[in-house]
Amino acid sequence: MGYVAVQGGITAIENSQKLNRYLRLRGQSAPLTVRQIMEQMAPLVDRVMSEGSLHSPFHAALALKQASGDPIEASFLLRAYRSTLRRLVDSLPVRTDQMRILRRISSAFKTIPGGQVLGSTSDYEQRILDFSLAEETAGTQCDAKREFESFIDGIEESLDPDQFRKVVAMLRDQGLVAPLAPALSAEPTDVTQESAEFPLDRSGRLQMLARAETGGLLALAYSSMRGYGSIHPTIAELRVGYVRVQIPHPFRPGAAVSLGSLAITEVEIVASVRRSEQEEKPAFSLGYGACFGHNEVKAISIAVLDRAMKSPCPHAPAEDQEFVLLHTDGIESSGFCSHFKLPHYVTFQSDLDRLRNLQGSEE
Amino acid sequence: MSLRDLLPAAGAFRYNFAFMDEGAKREVRRALLKAVAIPGHQVPFASPELPIARGWGTGGLQVTMSLIGPDDVLKIIDQGCDGSVNAVNLRKLLVATTGVRTTFDSRESTLLQSRHRLPEIPMTEGQIAVLQVPLPEPLRLVEPSEVETRRMHAEGDYARMWVSLYEDVVQNGAISLAAGYPCRVNGSYIMSPSPLPRWDLPMLNQASHLTLLGAGREKRVYAVPPHTSVRPLEFDDLPFEVESFAGLSCARCGSTGTFLDEIYDERTGKPSRVCSDSGFCDLVQAGVVPAKGAPHD
Repeated sequence: MGYVAVQGGITAIENSQKLNRYLRLRGQSAPLTVRQIMEQMAPLVDRVMSEGSLHSPFHAALALKQASGDPIEASFLLRAYRSTLRRLVDSLPVRTDQMRILRRISSAFKTIPGGQVLGSTSDYEQRILDFSLAEETAGTQCDAKREFESFIDGIEESLDPDQFRKVVAMLRDQGLVAPLAPALSAEPTDVTQESAEFPLDRSGRLQMLARAETGGLLALAYSSMRGYGSIHPTIAELRVGYVRVQIPHPFRPGAAVSLGSLAITEVEIVASVRRSEQEEKPAFSLGYGACFGHNEVKAISIAVLDRAMKSPCPHAPAEDQEFVLLHTDGIESSGFCSHFKLPHYVTFQSDLDRLRNLQGSEE
Repeated sequence: MSLRDLLPAAGAFRYNFAFMDEGAKREVRRALLKAVAIPGHQVPFASPELPIARGWGTGGLQVTMSLIGPDDVLKIIDQGCDGSVNAVNLRKLLVATTGVRTTFDSRESTLLQSRHRLPEIPMTEGQIAVLQVPLPEPLRLVEPSEVETRRMHAEGDYARMWVSLYEDVVQNGAISLAAGYPCRVNGSYIMSPSPLPRWDLPMLNQASHLTLLGAGREKRVYAVPPHTSVRPLEFDDLPFEVESFAGLSCARCGSTGTFLDEIYDERTGKPSRVCSDSGFCDLVQAGVVPAKGAPHD
């Protein structure tokens, strides 16, 4: 069995994999630990969990280590791992109004009940390369940590989840946004259990957006903000914090068991006035976005696209469900993009045949 | 449900036979049964992620994984070749998770997974061809929306497809579609035969074997059952044409009636032709089967 094209194929692949593994190690720096990635690259870990559709900081950080930091490759590793896990139970709806707040802002009102809580953000930093980080040692790290901890110890104030009423709830009370739709009676759509059918209901749309690639969502949401569409969002509320995950109690009907909590980013935008079919009075329309971890650009993009896809007569790309949802999954788009590196000898031969035939018929 | 059900079982990190869990396999098989019952109709399925990238054969792989048993003999080819990089990779995964016997001889295989080719030796009853499909929707050529193409299939509304072929003829003097030429299956649905070259389409028509097509990224499976008509779209006065290799022969086995790849010598740049089906070419070389002469028509 020594076909021209067969020879060397298997060995060449194995050697290529060996080289790939070697390139990560050749610099001889100390091994990067999974814990370091989890703690010092948290936004990247969050992004991989969100796009990989599995909440596990350890596995996401491990995937990042294996992928040498490539977020799409790491999310792919995580998704493939997710496929092997048993699906145990559906959680109860997460109560984001009960969130333990890390950050919570509104760009609609200067002051809001409960107050603006900036929390941690790089929004107001000047993006100047900090060369002192190049000299960071365990000692300087420790000093900086201690300094902040003594600063925070002096602060008495504590945040009570109940003090943060949703800004949108306030607007709704005043009849400025449409009343809440009745709670879902049917099971929410799950695109990991059956393929998405269009038009897709809102639960399926929000799920696909939550799994989508940040850059892809940003590009399409930006197109809508900038001119291909007409969503000019106002962020009614952006909140980042921990939400409790609960499941129905296995034995006691109606009771719930708490599994723990996880960090999410949630954004609610209000956009142009829209008169709904049922309502007489005009009201703001809403867009909603939520994703794992701290990823504000992603959550805002989701909210803008959620609103854009509700447009009664879609004309811009970002308003078209199929266009948005089928082209923003990082695992699918990057997989298909890279498949063009596979041999296309036969199909190209077929193309050549057609072209030569057409050229011949013109002579 | 008990609390124990909520905890991961011991050994949960070991993989199932053929990687996918049995529930997921059953879902694929249910979709396949429907696909066989409605030839050429695209059936949606969940298509979970596999450790192979989307676009690299995950649809075909899920079909194979859901069907394969310990007694199967597997052949995997990519563009006709057993040794192509991706065929090697998929074979490694399937062998590692099933331990089945593999072969390069298409006649020995019970399951044959392929990207973009059927073997030159027609497959027989009892054999299953699994084709990897990048773009399952033949109407995507004329209509980008999935909602709309599903409606067109349901209503047999293929007018725009015919018009596009007609316009092609008017503008180019011939139909310029190369591989993946749209076919009518069982006189009903129009199907994309994966990007098989036109050369292979006569082998799909009234075939003795079952052909299953899987598109992982697009989450669709469809099928051509044995003894089913598969007719390339053509006009009465402009018959369908397969690729022409007139006057050419394989530099290795001398066949003149096979699909030939054009290769260029690494040193001299001189072109020559070899069989795209490496398994067939090897059999001719070994004297097991005769070289293929007259091209099929």
